Amino acid sequence: MQTIDMSTTPLREVNVALQAQAAQTNQTQWVIENPRGAHAIAVGLDAPIEVTVKGSTGYYCAGMNKQATVHVTGSAGPGVAENMMSGTVIIDGDASQYAGATGHGGLLVIKGNASSRCGISMKGIDIVVHGNIGHMSAFMAQSGNLVVLGDAGDALGDSLYEARLFVRGSVKSLGSDCIEKEMRPEHIEILKDLLERAGADAKPEEFKRYGSARTLYNFHVDHAGAY
Amino acid sequence: MCGIVGLFLKKEDLRPRLGEMLTDMLITMTDRGPDSAGIAIYGDEAGGLKMTVQSDTPETAFAGLDTALEAALGQKIAMKVIDTHAVLTLPEGTEAAARAFLAEKGLRVMGAGAAMEIFKETGLPKDVAARFGIRAMGGSHGIGHTRMATESAVTTLGAHPFSTGDDQCLVHNGSLSNHNQMRRVLTEKGFAPLTQNDTEVAACYISSRLAEGANLGEALEGTLQDLDGFFTFVVGTKNGFGVVRDPIACKPAVMAETDDYVAFGSEYRAFANLPGIDTARVWEPEPATVYFWER
Repeated sequence: MQTIDMSTTPLREVNVALQAQAAQTNQTQWVIENPRGAHAIAVGLDAPIEVTVKGSTGYYCAGMNKQATVHVTGSAGPGVAENMMSGTVIIDGDASQYAGATGHGGLLVIKGNASSRCGISMKGIDIVVHGNIGHMSAFMAQSGNLVVLGDAGDALGDSLYEARLFVRGSVKSLGSDCIEKEMRPEHIEILKDLLERAGADAKPEEFKRYGSARTLYNFHVDHAGAY
Repeated sequence: MCGIVGLFLKKEDLRPRLGEMLTDMLITMTDRGPDSAGIAIYGDEAGGLKMTVQSDTPETAFAGLDTALEAALGQKIAMKVIDTHAVLTLPEGTEAAARAFLAEKGLRVMGAGAAMEIFKETGLPKDVAARFGIRAMGGSHGIGHTRMATESAVTTLGAHPFSTGDDQCLVHNGSLSNHNQMRRVLTEKGFAPLTQNDTEVAACYISSRLAEGANLGEALEGTLQDLDGFFTFVVGTKNGFGVVRDPIACKPAVMAETDDYVAFGSEYRAFANLPGIDTARVWEPEPATVYFWER
């Protein structure tokens, strides 16, 4: 196991070391100590390594992640796992604004709460939040799954494309063109798998599914005069 | 951008360390605001009104100021000069006469109160904190700000915190869009801002509401109805400490609470040196939600 202490190693060296790991590396276990809320920790990784960050992180932790598993034992600042491509990011505490924004793939697990704009413009990432999410979450979300065990804030799924949103608790309000949809067997299967992988103790049947009404972005002949 | 830090102690034993803790927090927020920095610190009450004044030419402006002011007021005062600022301790009932005297001398009053002292200048936070010796100051609570100017010039008067009432101060991250309209409303009420800065309008708003009898929570609640724009405000009063974010809540904010203190930071980094932070309750304040503590 490799240990890097951020009280003595500059951020850039930390990221260079992690980014240098090749797909066949035998140094698969990394521990980052004393993150002290620093920004951009463990960004741009592209190897099947496991990185444990012992403490809380600032902006953009694990951004652009590919293949790696990044586990933050504290809370994460804004933009955690932004534009993730694959791999897994786990936050034991809370995540600040726009967690998982624009993510293309992989799994983001937030064991606490996520604040506003969680999963904004998500493009294939799966996000599981054990707690609540804030307002404007999944705004313009294109694909992927957002699973919330707690409650969702205002304007959930505003201007949504084809992402699936699953919420167990209450939804303060739905955004434009976001509606509740029928939970079909295939959704139960997707949800069951995600809950298992996220270590979440919840039954798929307890959730409601929300998605796009598909009225906002389709051309409608009645509106031809507006163009 | 801007950075905000705040610390409200719940127990007496940390009082001597307040300045040290706030200074570390402030310097950590340098990246968010390298233009100017300021701190309002609620220290020991001196048995009178503490008035913090500022001058760009302190050597000449503060030389003999205490004796001249004593002569004008006909009463003893105390003066403590710290760099470009001087803290005058005035006997009760002399505030108006003192303000008139200081205005005539071209001195700027940064703030006044039984407990509060305010120090702010342009420059890097570490330099500003060192010039005023903030690290050595004790107290019950304090609020600091690192500024990246957007709405008005980089000047001492444009730096935060703003104080527009005795023992009241406010810092702001964001920008207000209806501050000119509010400036007219507040001026009619007798709470005219002195600068063109949007944040001072918010400070005057809080002062006007407190003067009308609102408590700190109600005054902060009022900002959500009456002020338009982006804001995270942190407000200090003689006994209180409050936080409110606008409903959109784009401006970052994080809070930490232990049995010993409540802390506010624009980023978690600001908390890294606080005692017991690893076991503190850390959370992001909700949008359009007022948080306040009073002792």
